[in-house]
Amino acid sequence: MLELAIKGGKKYYGWMTFLAVIVGIGFLIYLKQLDFGLGITGLSRDTSWGFYIANFTFLVGVAAGGVMVVLPYYLHDYKAFGKVTILGEFLAIASVIMCVTFILVDLGQPMRVLNVFLYPTPNSVLFWDTVVLNGYLFLNIIIGWNVLEAERNGVHYQKWLKPLIYLSIPWAISIHTVTAYLYCGLPGRGFWMTAILAPRFLSSAFAAGPALLILCCLIIRRVSSFDPGREQIQSLAKIVAYAICVNVFFFLCEVFVAFYSNIPEHMDHLKYLFVGLHGHGAYVPWMWASFILMIIGIILTVVPHTRKNEGVLAAACVVIFLGTWIDKGLGMIAGGFTPSPLHEINEYIPSLPEIGIALGVWAMGFLILTVLFKIAVSVKEEVRG
Amino acid sequence: MDSSRRRILQLLGVSALALTTKPVFNAFAKEAVSAEAESVIKAGAQALKAKQWAMVIDTRKFKSEADLQPLVEACHRIHNVPRLQNKRHEIKWIWGTRYHNAFPGKAAQFVAESVEHRPFLVLCNHCENPPCVRACPTKATFKRESDGIVLMDFHRCIGCRFCMAACPFGARSFNYRDPRPFIAETNKEFPTRMKGVVEKCNFCAERLAVGRLPACVEASRGALSFGDLYDSESKVRKLIKTNYTIRRKQTLGTEPSVYYIV
Repeated sequence: MLELAIKGGKKYYGWMTFLAVIVGIGFLIYLKQLDFGLGITGLSRDTSWGFYIANFTFLVGVAAGGVMVVLPYYLHDYKAFGKVTILGEFLAIASVIMCVTFILVDLGQPMRVLNVFLYPTPNSVLFWDTVVLNGYLFLNIIIGWNVLEAERNGVHYQKWLKPLIYLSIPWAISIHTVTAYLYCGLPGRGFWMTAILAPRFLSSAFAAGPALLILCCLIIRRVSSFDPGREQIQSLAKIVAYAICVNVFFFLCEVFVAFYSNIPEHMDHLKYLFVGLHGHGAYVPWMWASFILMIIGIILTVVPHTRKNEGVLAAACVVIFLGTWIDKGLGMIAGGFTPSPLHEINEYIPSLPEIGIALGVWAMGFLILTVLFKIAVSVKEEVRG
Repeated sequence: MDSSRRRILQLLGVSALALTTKPVFNAFAKEAVSAEAESVIKAGAQALKAKQWAMVIDTRKFKSEADLQPLVEACHRIHNVPRLQNKRHEIKWIWGTRYHNAFPGKAAQFVAESVEHRPFLVLCNHCENPPCVRACPTKATFKRESDGIVLMDFHRCIGCRFCMAACPFGARSFNYRDPRPFIAETNKEFPTRMKGVVEKCNFCAERLAVGRLPACVEASRGALSFGDLYDSESKVRKLIKTNYTIRRKQTLGTEPSVYYIV
């Protein structure tokens, strides 16, 4: 089926070239980072994880979000989603590849990465994160590819795929749970030390992932003769609506616990993010923007009138994607490190090279996503002929 | 044509898989014979030994930041700790800070004046339950069973910095760039580090191995004491017995091995 990826029109190749150029620029900056060290980023002794790890965390969510089309179709036999499950699975593949790349560019000694398998350490959550992420990647490649190929050949997919499909559902939950455990099990980091971190990650994932999927569906309908379907998009929109509501609810739970208990260790990070602490407040406008975007997203997706208007729905999805990205991709990591364990504030601001490399990784992910979606859509066009 | 190409690809895949299993079989094959041939690291005749090394810092003996300087100097000089101008890239194994920074949970609004102005020496606590060791995905940082020191293998560290996030004491530093040009005078008896790895205080494991106390203890003129926490006759135990001591963030359950007399 790979040949379908190279049979495209001018627009397709233009878009691919555009992405490839960004990947190339990002790669060149990465070579600079490889030569100099992570000192070209804004990271410091106090904030030792930043933009890369934050984007990694967000994208694990997008990857897990793919399960929101797989689960209703295979578990509840919701037939309408049969049309779009492949899009969810392919979105997961592209997202996990971005995740792994973000981890790689974050390493100080990337050429030693195989030490993780050479000296497997079951007590390290990072070890398990590597295991579940790679497992999820392979599951989706195997399932997505075989199901699509079967569809192309006009036959039912192989029987042995069924257990793998069922396995992929809890596996999707596991990737974001384990990713949350990276943070919430660390003593002395009050912002992350909350049992609700994994559920919170999942709720934002199930909003951001399907939101991106809706946008992809709308684009696919425009650029190809395959229509993912109005019912499918509306069902996804309802999932997004519930998930974003739950996400904001979980966040408010955090705020209540931190401020009613009045424990400084838990309040300080939220204060730093939302009102500034000891005169430092680089993230204040961003965090409020995120909160407002998520509220707007709730209004637009919950109210049936706006949700049913696909133009408005597209805007709502953009708003929700941005809101959850700022929340997780910007505030979650920097906020957890500030103030530091010695209660000092050294603000972390991502540097330009750091942002450049991150953009390169995103572009690479979208390049892979475009190729995969191109294949999927071509097969669908072929089959419906 | 098409099916034969597929067949060849399948064969190639299976052969590649077969090749990768060879190291696994090798590992099993080695296990059986090498039990007695395994190399042993012998302790030196003068080596100092303990079940869990611990330190007691008598903070009353330090009046100003200047009093700490010789200790910090001694440590950073012999361990090839670079002096970097950019604060973000800073590397430190042991340093002085204020009471409310060393003990953020214990800082009251009103504190004894002497305590408020006194400098507090902070370093790796060589915890009995080190969260950094729990977090490391490659065992590059580990707790040495023989004496409880939390050590680093600079050659195994992949630079993921999970240990830095896990440490509640901010004791770890990362080499954000090549540190070697920033070492004033290289001590040939201790390794320098490369960019991209984490480092921290090692309780002078290399000195204990040849019967010498840690450099900071030696330079402290009696303000710092060092000994075995599980030897009731040791100097640190006697000090803990006769003085009221506190530890940093004790409530986190990491069991720090550095005690402070305030």
